[in-house]
Order: sequence, then structure tokens, then C-alpha cells
Amino acid sequence: MVSTSIPEVSAAAAVSGTPAPVKKSESQNLNFFYGNLQALKNISMPLYEKKVTALIGPSGCGKSTYLRCFNRMHDLYPGNRYEGRIMLYPDNTDVLNPEVDPIEVRMRISMVFQKPNPFPKSIYENVAYGLRVRGERKRALLDEKVEEALRNAALWDEVKNRLNQLAFNLSGGQQQRLCIARALATDPEILLFDEPTSALDPIATTSIEELIAELKQKITIFIVTHNMQQAARVSDYTAYMYLGELIEFDVTNKIFIKPAHKQTEDYITGRFG
Amino acid sequence: MIAAHKRWDFAFGVLGMLALMVGVLTFAALFVEMIINGAPRLSWDFFSQFPSRKPDQAGILSAWVGSTLVMLVTAATAVPLGVGAGVYLEEYAPRNWMTDLIEINVTNLAGVPSIVYGLLALGLFVYGFGLGQSILTAGLTLGLLILPVVIVATREAIRSIPIAIREGAYALGATKWQTTADHILPYSLAGIMTGVIIGMARAIGETAPVITIGALTFIAFLPQAPLTGDPPAGLFDWIMSPFTVMPIQMFNWTSRPEAAFHQNAAAAGLVLVVMTLSMNALAIYIRYRLRKNIKW
Repeated sequence: MVSTSIPEVSAAAAVSGTPAPVKKSESQNLNFFYGNLQALKNISMPLYEKKVTALIGPSGCGKSTYLRCFNRMHDLYPGNRYEGRIMLYPDNTDVLNPEVDPIEVRMRISMVFQKPNPFPKSIYENVAYGLRVRGERKRALLDEKVEEALRNAALWDEVKNRLNQLAFNLSGGQQQRLCIARALATDPEILLFDEPTSALDPIATTSIEELIAELKQKITIFIVTHNMQQAARVSDYTAYMYLGELIEFDVTNKIFIKPAHKQTEDYITGRFG
Repeated sequence: MIAAHKRWDFAFGVLGMLALMVGVLTFAALFVEMIINGAPRLSWDFFSQFPSRKPDQAGILSAWVGSTLVMLVTAATAVPLGVGAGVYLEEYAPRNWMTDLIEINVTNLAGVPSIVYGLLALGLFVYGFGLGQSILTAGLTLGLLILPVVIVATREAIRSIPIAIREGAYALGATKWQTTADHILPYSLAGIMTGVIIGMARAIGETAPVITIGALTFIAFLPQAPLTGDPPAGLFDWIMSPFTVMPIQMFNWTSRPEAAFHQNAAAAGLVLVVMTLSMNALAIYIRYRLRKNIKW
């Protein structure tokens, strides 16, 4: 389909006037199999540091499958197999290397799911869980981290007086921001979003999108979205996938205004999808 | 034509109602008869006296104490084994033919007649391990008997937890054990407790296996209370004591010729039914309380 080096060059070149983006992570010739079914075909693309990269494509094209390779979620189920590499920079760790512990990977690469999935625990305990998993017991430090994460997720003011209440009492949008806070509390390097607003109303969606724009100052973001407008609004780079293949990766403006591939254009203009 | 169809609806409704009533009314009639016969015998003395040759002095002290102690051992056996097995099968076991075989066996175990457990226990616990005809033997036997119920309840409870919750925990870097201990077990507690209590409610009424292992039918002393026996007195001396349980006491009284003993049997039966029903009520309450915070 596309040669693997071209999109990077064009992407880097297109952001003129700004310092050249730094690669935070990169998949190299990634194949993925559910049993005998190949779901991802030879995908190579970078994630740039402190940028938002959006992944778009029709249902079943492998967007979520690709995203879930980054934190090795596929390891949870038998019969899944990766080929190729996902490099994490600057330390050149191959996330997919069987000798790398998936738990270590998930501590560096956090994830927010499609539907808000808070634990049936208090707001505080939800956010603190990632730290507790790491054996953190100091109350003062936990308090501080929980507050910081909730502030970063733009939720602190709404919940600061009821941290001990059950997370289920929050609205859907608040629950999703809580899940973002939970993912942020452990200072991950990359945050993965798997269609984070597909279960939310437009107002909650807007608040999550604003939050993503805010968060990219501190963290690298990779977001799968079903919604092209959302990709156009929140991302710096966009990748278009179809049937398990990466069709095009470029600066978001270029993808939406002048895509290099006819297929991408057809999808974006709504002639297909 | 519509009228004809409606007549069918009505007819089936009546038939269904009749079918239901056969069961409900039979039970209600038995229960009411037991109340009429037994209730006059219920008094403080009935609970605080040992069995006796004189029906009006006989009580169920040794029986209810025995039943309670046996249930303690049953719970202590069935809960850790059943929950452990259930968690293993759901969370840890690889999906292969071995696991399938174990699953089929667990389900089948639930259908094995209880007397077979009694025979197994007689051979294994009483003679094989030399545990004698003790509370420990009875508790272990009934524990095995309700093990499949606890395993199945544990698995059902675990399965009802959404995958998203599991993935949420793993995505934060939790290990399998952390996910199990911090999420899977707490969230499935309601279902597990319900299963355990329903299993216990079944075990408390079991007669056959307890007779098989040799529970006494007439017993006029209590097991040794903790720390009161001959030195070295331990906390668990009672566990090796001979015993009787409620259904055996009932059975014993029913087999006597005197009508007054039959009244005693009805009264003991009433106590047993109330014990079972209150255990079920407790299960419903616990389920309600623990589920209140969980919405999925």
C-alpha cells in the first residue's frame, strides 16, 4: 500500500515554523493475528511526543486492535499473536518484546476505554488505584497525586467535596473524566483513548475534547475515533486505516484538506464508510 | 377468532395456576400442620434440654448445638475450597480439554446423591484418616457436598463482572492477582455469599450422609467448649466430639411409637425450617446490601 518511510517525512516537513516533532513511539511492520485471522497488516507509523495522533477508519478496520497493541491488552486473551515491533523512545524499548513485562508497559502507556469503566469504589480509590498497584501506601503522596490527576482531568472542582462517594454517582461525562484522571495519576508517557466519547452526549464530548487539547501539553496522546470531525478538531496527526492496513498517515490538516489517497478522500468526504 | 384465542390464553393461565398451586399448597399444608402440632412444644426448655425418654422433658439442645458446629466446619471447608476453585477456573485456568473435563465433573458432582458422599466420608474420613464419628467428619462431608454449589455460584458471580472492569484494572498495570484480590473477589462477593448460604441451607437439612458416617441419635452431652477440657485444653477440642444434628433428632423422634414424641419431631422440624428460611432470607439481604453499590 504505502511505503513506510514516506508518511513520516511528509508529516515532519509539513509542520513548518515549529520545532521538528520528536518521535515518542513507533510501530514497525506490525502484524497482529487473532488466532489465524490477520487483523493488522504491516503497520508502520510514529507517534510524536506531546502531539495528538488520531486514528480513523470504518468499523472493523482494526483501529482499536491497533491501539490495544500499544499497551499489550491483547495479552489478556489466548490465541493472539504480534509480529513486528512497537518502539518506545527515548530508551528504545520494544513494547512487544516477549521479555518486556506487559505490566511494565501498561505503567508507561495508559488507556481510557470506550465506555466509562470506573470501579465500584469511591472517586478517590478509583484515581489512587494505579498508585496502589505500584505499592504506594503513603497517604500524603496519594492525596497529592489524586488531586493533581483530578485537576489535570478538569474534574477536581466538581468532586473535591465528595471524594469518598461512589464513582457511579457521577454523570457519564464525569465518569469518563474520572477514568482519564485514573489513567493520569501514575504519570504515564502515552495516553491511549479508545473512542472515548462514543458513549457520551455532545456536551460531555466537548469537555473531553477540550481536556485532550489541554493534556497534550504534557503527554503524548493516541486516540481512536469513529468521528471524523472529532479527529479534525483534536488531533495534530491523523492516520486512516482500512481493512487492517494503514492507508495514509499525515498532518491532520493535510489529511482533511488534501489527502494523498483517493480512498482516504472518499472516506473523509463521506462517499464511503 | 380473537375471542377463541383469548379463551386459550385464559385456559392456559388457569392450568398454570393449578400446577403452581399443587406445589405451593402442599408445602403450605405441611408447614401449617407442623406448626399446629409442634408450636405448643416450643419453649425455652425445648431449646435448653437434652433428649430424654420422657417426651415432655426432651429438648433439642444437643441437636441445635451439633448442627451449628457442623455448619461452622462446613463453611470453613466449603468457602475457601469452593471460592478458590471457582476463581481458578474463571480467571486462571487455560481453556483446554482438561479444564472442560473438570467443569463437567464439577457440574455432575452437584447431582451425586448425598448418601454417596456419606459412604465416601465413612471410608475416607472416618476410617482412612481416623477422624472418627466426629463433628469434623460431618463438617468435611457436608462441605464436600455443597462444594459444587459454591464453585458454580462463584463462577457465575465472577462472570457477571463486565470485561471492561477487568481490562480497566489490567490497563493500570495490575497483575492477575491484584485484579483478582482488589476487584474480582470484592465485586463477586454478593453472589458468592448467596451461593454459600444456599448451600449451607441445603446442608443443614441433610440426614443421609450424616447418619452414614455415624452421628449418634441419642446424645445427652455437649461437645467440649474451647479451653475447658482436660489439659492440654485447646480451642478446637469440640471438633472431635461425637454429635447429633437436627434432622437426625427429628428422625429419631418420628420413629418412636408415642404420639408425644411426634409432637417433638414437629417442633424440631419447625425450628429446622425456620433456620433454613432465615438463612435464605439472609442470603437475599446480603445480596441486596452488597449489590447496592454495584451497577452493571
